[in-house]
Amino acid sequence: MGYRARLAAQGAAIGLVALLFILLAWSLLHRDGGSLAAAANRGERPTAPDFTLDRIDRDGKLTLSSLRGKVVVVNYWASYCYPCRAEAPFLEDVWRGDRGRDVVVLGVDWQDFRGDARRFMRRYDVSFPVVHDGPGDVGFDYGITGLPETYVIDRQGKVVEAFIGAINTDEDRARLRSAIAKAHTT
Amino acid sequence: MSVRGFVVLAVVLATAVPAVAIADGRPNAADLESELVCPTCKTTLDQSDSPVAQRMKAFVRARIAAGDSEQQIKDALVDQFGEGVLARPPRGGFGALAWALPLAALGVGAVAVAFLVRAWSRRRVVEAHDEAPLDPRLERLVDEELARFDG
Repeated sequence: MGYRARLAAQGAAIGLVALLFILLAWSLLHRDGGSLAAAANRGERPTAPDFTLDRIDRDGKLTLSSLRGKVVVVNYWASYCYPCRAEAPFLEDVWRGDRGRDVVVLGVDWQDFRGDARRFMRRYDVSFPVVHDGPGDVGFDYGITGLPETYVIDRQGKVVEAFIGAINTDEDRARLRSAIAKAHTT
Repeated sequence: MSVRGFVVLAVVLATAVPAVAIADGRPNAADLESELVCPTCKTTLDQSDSPVAQRMKAFVRARIAAGDSEQQIKDALVDQFGEGVLARPPRGGFGALAWALPLAALGVGAVAVAFLVRAWSRRRVVEAHDEAPLDPRLERLVDEELARFDG
């Protein structure tokens, strides 16, 4: 093999390794848990990743962007998540109290059995729409790092504020109400 | 027992043993747990203790007890969590790529190695042929030295 050919082969090998490294870095950056939440909480208002998922509360599918024009509170939960039980009644209150004011609470049952989720919904009297993200891909798009997490999305589909962990203190609840009010103004 | 009776008993036992094995051939929970992946931690169920993995293990055991086959259990979990729960990708459709690509890579690698080995061996032959003949004076000196060394 000539010197030039060897040089080209070495260059190609180095290029391939560099490409794999860039792909790895890109993947890590895009799965960086909390990056969307952090951006929202810095006030950057990133666009909420759109999704279409099967509904659990009834037949059919639901697309997030179909709710454009309303304030959407996207709550990631699972039936095996203990803190999710604590916040479910408050989210149900928000749904029942604010649905007439163009606020939608949308549950995303993440990496869970549908049957378990339905039992959870009956037990905790959840009546807001819930979709099923069994593989967890949508949750990964949001960069969720655990359960529960909640994202307040404004009328234009931008994330106004993110809540990591359960909304189970008066301070958290006030913050959520404030985020909903802020989302209404944009 | 007569020879005929012994033969009949042997035949009955020989056919009965596989029948018992089939009747008891329910899927093994440990085997299934090594073939299914926890969607949260991306390791097989037998190596994961996350809440969803625990729930999946309980599901597997319950379905085995209910008499489901290995394939039925896997299908049910794929329906809930997607094909990512299978440690081994399916052999058909897009999953076939996961099987085909390593084999293709192996083939390409083998061809590349064969090509390189051939190129290197050719170069050596050429180099061997390219060697200039030794100067007669030097050749004589070498012969003298070798003779002295041997003597």
